Amino acid sequence: MANNPTANTAAPGRDLKAAFKEAGFAAFVTLGLCIPIIAWGTRQNMDNVLVLDPRWDAVAWAVGIVFVGRFLVALRKQGQQEGKAGIRILPHGTIAFFQRHSRVFSLFGLGFLVTFPAIAIGLAGWGGALKWIDNFGVQILIYVMLGWGLNIVVGLAGLLDLGYVAFYAVGAYSYALLAKNFGLSFWILLPLAGILAAFWGMLLGFPVLRLRGDYLAIVTLAFGEIIRLVLINWTEFSNGYAGISGIPRPTFFGIPFTAADNGFAAVFGLEFTPLYRTIFLYYLILCLALLTAFVTLRLRRLPVGRAWEALREDEIACRSLGINTTNTKLTAFSIGAMFGGFAGAFFSARQGFISPESFVFMESAVILAIVVLGGMGSLWGCAIAAIAMIGGTELLRELEWMKTGISLFGLQIPGLGNDFDPTKYRMLIFGFAMVVIMIWKPRGLISTREPTAFLKEKKKISADMVQEGHG
Amino acid sequence: MEVFLQQLINGLTLGSIYGLIAIGYTMVFGIIGMVNFAHGDIFMLSAFIALIFFMLVTAVLGTSAGMILLALVIVLALAMFFTSLWNWTIERVAYRPLRGSFRLAPLISAIGMSIFLVNFVQVVQGPRNKSIPPLLNKSITLIESSVYSVQISYKQIVIILTTAALLAAFWYIVQKTPLGRAQRACEQDRKMAALLGIDVDRTISITFVMGAALAAVAGVMYLVLYGVVNFADGFTPGVKAFTAAVLGGIGSLPGAVIGGLLIGLIEVMWSAYFTIDYKDVAAFCILALVLVFMPSGLLGRPEVEKV
Repeated sequence: MANNPTANTAAPGRDLKAAFKEAGFAAFVTLGLCIPIIAWGTRQNMDNVLVLDPRWDAVAWAVGIVFVGRFLVALRKQGQQEGKAGIRILPHGTIAFFQRHSRVFSLFGLGFLVTFPAIAIGLAGWGGALKWIDNFGVQILIYVMLGWGLNIVVGLAGLLDLGYVAFYAVGAYSYALLAKNFGLSFWILLPLAGILAAFWGMLLGFPVLRLRGDYLAIVTLAFGEIIRLVLINWTEFSNGYAGISGIPRPTFFGIPFTAADNGFAAVFGLEFTPLYRTIFLYYLILCLALLTAFVTLRLRRLPVGRAWEALREDEIACRSLGINTTNTKLTAFSIGAMFGGFAGAFFSARQGFISPESFVFMESAVILAIVVLGGMGSLWGCAIAAIAMIGGTELLRELEWMKTGISLFGLQIPGLGNDFDPTKYRMLIFGFAMVVIMIWKPRGLISTREPTAFLKEKKKISADMVQEGHG
Repeated sequence: MEVFLQQLINGLTLGSIYGLIAIGYTMVFGIIGMVNFAHGDIFMLSAFIALIFFMLVTAVLGTSAGMILLALVIVLALAMFFTSLWNWTIERVAYRPLRGSFRLAPLISAIGMSIFLVNFVQVVQGPRNKSIPPLLNKSITLIESSVYSVQISYKQIVIILTTAALLAAFWYIVQKTPLGRAQRACEQDRKMAALLGIDVDRTISITFVMGAALAAVAGVMYLVLYGVVNFADGFTPGVKAFTAAVLGGIGSLPGAVIGGLLIGLIEVMWSAYFTIDYKDVAAFCILALVLVFMPSGLLGRPEVEKV
C-alpha cells in the first residue's frame, strides 16, 4: 500500500510499554498451555511403567519465542494502525498482474509441466531424478487432480463434501480388484473406475439432497468413514487391513515397463531403468489432470455448469427460477466423484499396493483444504495450493541438514543432533499452515470470481463482494 | 435379560462420555454456527493432561483407595482448567479472526487446528499408547446368577455420577444465570444481542471454555474407564459425539446428552448382539438416517428458511 499516504507516517512514539504488556500476557498464556503437556514427557521405563521426564527447558524456549514474537508483532501493528485498507473491490497488486497475464502464465506453466521430467533429469541426473519426478511431480499432480475434481462439487456447486476420499477409494479398489481378478487392462478399467465412482457418487448423493451446509458435510464424512470401515472389515472382498498387493502396472500400449525382453527398454533399444515407468506415470497423471481442468472449464459454460454456480450463490433463487436442483446436485456429485475415481485408479496402478490406510478422513480434509485454500472455484488457486501444501510437506522430508548442521556462506550453523527428526514435524506444520493461510486469506489465495455470462465486457470481481448462500 | 442389563450399564457409561463431548459441539454450533472439528482432539488433549496430572498427584498422595478419589477430584479440576485455557487460546488465535468471514473459512481453520493438535501431542508425548495402572477396580454385583451376574464397577458409578452432577451444574448455568442468558441471546441473534449491550466476543469465548471444560471431564472419565490414551484417540469419539449432538438436535443441551447416551447404547448393544467389527458403521448409518429423515434431530428446533 505504498500509494497510501497515511500508511507510512509510521508511529512517532511507539508504545513500548503496551507492546511489552501484550507480549507478557501472551507469554503467560503460553506458560499455562505448556505446563502439563510440554513440561512433563511421559515415557515407559524398563519395567514398562510410565514415568515422567521434566522438560522445563523446552517450556522456557516456547515461552521465550512467543514473548519475542508477540512483542515484535505488537510493535509492527502499532506502526500500521492508521493505514488500514477497506474492502477491496478489484483484485490488486501481484494477483491482478497475474490475472491480466493468465494466458501467458498458463502457457508457461504448461510448458514447465511438460518439460519437468527433462529438467529433473538434467538437474539431478538419472539416479536422483526418480525421487523428484515421483515424490514431487506425480504426488502433487494427484492432489491437483483430486482438488480439481472436488472443486466441481465444493467450488462450483457449493456442496460441502467431506467424504471425497470415498470415491478415490472406490476408483482405487475397482481398478485393483478387477485388474487382479479378471486381468483387464488399465485402459479399460480407467473409464470403468470412473463410471463406478460416479455411480457411487449418485448413490450417496440421493439421500443427502435435502441437506445443506454443515449437515451435508457431516453425512458425507460419515459415508467416507463407512466405506473405509467396510473395506477394513469385509476381508473376503478387500483383504482388510492387509490391503491388496501385486496390482498390475499400466503398460505402454501393451508394452510393460520391465527389464524383460519384451519390456519397454528392450523394445526401444534403451538401457533399462525404472525411471521410464515413472516418467510414463507422470505424463499419464498430467493428462488426467489436464482433462479434469478442460472438462471443468467447458462445463462451466454449459447450462449445467451455470446451474451449479447459481446453486452455490442462492439455492432458493435457483429453485424459483425453475432449475431442477435435484439433477443439478446429482450431476455435480457424480462428475466430481468420477474424477476422484480416475485419480483412484491411477493411484492404485502407480502404487501397486493399496490398503484402507490410504483412504482415511485426513485425505478428504487435505483435499478440501486444497480447494478452499486455493480459493473456491479457481483452478489456478487449487494448483497453487496443492503445490504449496503437498510440495511443502514433501520438502520437509529433505531436512536432513538440520540434524548434521550446515555451512552457509562460510558460517557454520550447528545441527540439532541426531535425536531431532524433522519429518516428525511435517504434519504439525501442515496443520498450522492451514490455520495461518485461512487467517491471512480467508477467501483463499485466488479469490476472484470470473463470471461465465456477462453483458458487455468481462469483469473480474473480488469474492469479498459475493454473498454466499447456504448450499 | 442379564446380558441386556449389563450392556445397558456399559452403554450408559460410554454414552455419558459421548454426551459430555457432544455438549461442546452443540454449544459452539448453536452460538456461532460452526462445526468445531478440533473438539475431539481437545478431548484427547485433556486425557493427556489428566494423565500427567494424575501421575504427579498420585506421586504425592499415594494410591490408597481414599486418596485415589481425592486425587481424581484434583486431577479433574486441573484438567478442566488447563484444557479450557487451550480451547480459549485456540478460539482467540484460529477462529476469532475469521468471524464474519465466509462460512467455510472457520471450518478449514478448525480442521487445520485438529491436524495440528494431533501431531503436536504426537511430537511432545510420543506415538505410543500411554497407560496407567487400573484404578477403582472393585465392583458391586447387582444380580447374582449362576450363568451371568450383572455387575457395576466403582468406576462406572463414579463416571455416571460425575457426569450427572456436572451436567446439572452446567444446565443451571445456561438456564438460570445472566451468563447463560447472554449465551442464549447470542445464539438467537448475535447482532441484536450486541446492540443490547452483551459482549458477544466474551460470551463466545466463555462458550468455548465451557465446552472444553466438559470435554476435559470426558477426558478424565475416559482415562479412568480405559486407563490408556493415544494421540489418535480424539477422532473417532469426536465424530461419534458430533453424531450424538446431531441426533439429539444440534443446539439443544439435553438433546446432546440424550443423543450421547443413545449412541453409547447403540454401539454397546450392537457389539453385544451383532458383530463388534461394524459398530462404528452402525453409528454412522444412524447419523445418516437421522439427518435424512429428521434433519432437526430429536429435540432440535426445525430450521426456518428465511428469504
